[in-house]
Amino acid sequence: MTRKRRRLWILLLCAIGVGSATALTLTAFQDNIVFFRSPSDIVAERPAPERSFRLGGLVEAGSVEREQAAAGDRPTIRFRVTDGANTIPVTYQGVLPDLFREGQGVVTAGRFGLDGMFRATEVLARHDETYMPPEVADALKRAGHWQPEQGTPPPAATWNTLQPAAGQPTRTGGSGT
Amino acid sequence: MPREPGQPIAAPPAGARSLHRFANPGRFLRMTGRLMPWLWALALGVTAWGTAWALGFAPADWQQGETVRIMYVHVPMAWLAMGGYFGLGILSIMSLIWRHPLADLAARELSPVGAAVTALCLATGSLWGKPMWGTWWVWDARLTSVLVLFFLWLGHAALVRAFDEADRGARAGAILALVGLVNLPIVKFSVDWWNTLHQPASVTRLDAPGMHVDMLYPLLVCALGFSLLFGAVVLARTRSAVMERRIRALETARARRADMNAQAG
Repeated sequence: MTRKRRRLWILLLCAIGVGSATALTLTAFQDNIVFFRSPSDIVAERPAPERSFRLGGLVEAGSVEREQAAAGDRPTIRFRVTDGANTIPVTYQGVLPDLFREGQGVVTAGRFGLDGMFRATEVLARHDETYMPPEVADALKRAGHWQPEQGTPPPAATWNTLQPAAGQPTRTGGSGT
Repeated sequence: MPREPGQPIAAPPAGARSLHRFANPGRFLRMTGRLMPWLWALALGVTAWGTAWALGFAPADWQQGETVRIMYVHVPMAWLAMGGYFGLGILSIMSLIWRHPLADLAARELSPVGAAVTALCLATGSLWGKPMWGTWWVWDARLTSVLVLFFLWLGHAALVRAFDEADRGARAGAILALVGLVNLPIVKFSVDWWNTLHQPASVTRLDAPGMHVDMLYPLLVCALGFSLLFGAVVLARTRSAVMERRIRALETARARRADMNAQAG
């Protein structure tokens, strides 16, 4: 075995060692690496009332209520966070990010109150992986393919015009070229 | 052994021997010397085209508005931070197994550029995150693993320069770079393996890209332009490092010869 070949083998063995050690560590800390928990996770394993955690999901359509606050006080917002299967009511007093709307992904940090409401101390909006010009979003809404309040947009292949198909909403002006 | 004064010594001095090691880098200099002007012109041209298209002509996003334009810098920088690190891994393997001197030099010159690109990725992401998410920074898996990638770049850049002997520095740096390679799949798949605030991939996914072509094409042109620029900067740095080594070797050899002559005379 030449020296080069021996070095290659040592390197490969080290790679396997480091790789599996990392994989084991990540699996062991799985629960701590997730940034937020979904309503279904919470329903399956309800945290104690004094324990704070992050709850993430979509803002349920038609669930946002804004309470008029007394002068000088920040308005209270009530909404429900859903993952389709389960739903958790949230109340929050403070400033919402620009992207907050019904159907948008959110990550809220806080804890359960004694009344079973999740009291958020922080609300972050979660952007999804779709990027589309306003004209395309309007065309999809007009054609009835998508209601942003109801959640995620239709499959990207139907609107990103990589392969314009007949009968699908195609680009409607605003072309960048 | 008695020697006539002024006569050149027979055994090659240490400087000349290390010069001999760069016989291959000499060819590298000649080949890249012809390539560099073209590469610079192409890189600057494509980058100008891409940024003008992205910042001036591409449409705004339906809900992010004009803020979406940060993506045209952020995403290419993220790709370069990871692709560049993969390149560093390949250079490190070449360095450790084949003891390729040019790989050592290229790795040494690559890591500061990689650190800069990763810093840009983090900074632009933070600027985007404040108006969109409502926070500059969170410790989710994607953001944290990219921060680790940034520290790996910085650590490599510092480690290879921390030794008096360049060879030992290069070897230590190569080992660090290879251990850090496990971070790359973590960065890439963090958004799929765990819940993160960061969105999943839009462009590199199995089904169609989740991005309209009016934004996708300028993004790809920007990515190509920035990649060419990255390559040009790293090549230029490596070239000057090779030339620096050659000059130092020649000067050492000359100084040694003058010393010898002085002693003999």
